[in-house]
Amino acid sequence: MTVTSSQSAKVTLPADDQILITREFDAPKHLIYKAWTTPELVRRWWSGKRGHVTLAEIDLRVGGTWRYVMVANQGFEVGFHGEYRELVPDERIVSTEVFEGFPDAASLNTLTLTENDGRTTLEILVQHESKEHRDGHINSGMEGGMQESMDLLEEVARSLR
Amino acid sequence: MGIYFSAMARAATTADAFNAVAEPRRRQILDALAGGERPVNALVRELGLGQPQVSKHLRVLREVGVVDVRDHGRQRLYRLNGQALKPIHDWIKPYERSWSERFDELDAVLEDLKQKEEGDHDRDL
Repeated sequence: MTVTSSQSAKVTLPADDQILITREFDAPKHLIYKAWTTPELVRRWWSGKRGHVTLAEIDLRVGGTWRYVMVANQGFEVGFHGEYRELVPDERIVSTEVFEGFPDAASLNTLTLTENDGRTTLEILVQHESKEHRDGHINSGMEGGMQESMDLLEEVARSLR
Repeated sequence: MGIYFSAMARAATTADAFNAVAEPRRRQILDALAGGERPVNALVRELGLGQPQVSKHLRVLREVGVVDVRDHGRQRLYRLNGQALKPIHDWIKPYERSWSERFDELDAVLEDLKQKEEGDHDRDL
């Protein structure tokens, strides 16, 4: 088995209401598209190391919806859903995304896959309606850590009883 | 009262790096300075803004330490101080890390798909 170069995602903020995520993969674009749009495969990677995916539903057509739910290692559940707006097989997916914890803050995400010599650059441009929503989205990355602290606090409180 | 409010408004725009870079023009200035040290008139040319406007933005950026200035002969040269942008970097980091972890798992899935495809190809030959 070849060792893939594990590397960091790069996150930049091109505008007040945008987030851009970039990463290069040692794989052709059609396989990334497949891993991105096949529920059984999404289950294997979408939660990262933060928990496990309990639901991955994908109705892959323009106007079709998707919904992913994961149970984080700390025990709480997080759900995301959205609607496909544009699909170019192996190249581009435009979809909405709603974090079910903040249902008012939908973003429009554009995934672009560009292949070069068998390697693929993946870009996700996340377009929010406002800077506040964009900032809230980034802070949601802190949720795991915050939940951990709350759990610790609970333990401490229990030991004091 | 008026003085109090203007002091508050000033504090709001200059309080920290987040506020300083919230203005698109100021981000353009930082992008330009990322290419190297420059005098004001070079920034004026690059951004196509008036000098008073550029100077105003530079003042805000200097107050939060994102931009440093030094005298060089008769010119004042401005440069980027990346260290002052660290709070923004720290803020994004957990988000970046969660995507990195997710992509590491995706690498493993892709490796499986690649091997499966090669296997199928070998059978076809």
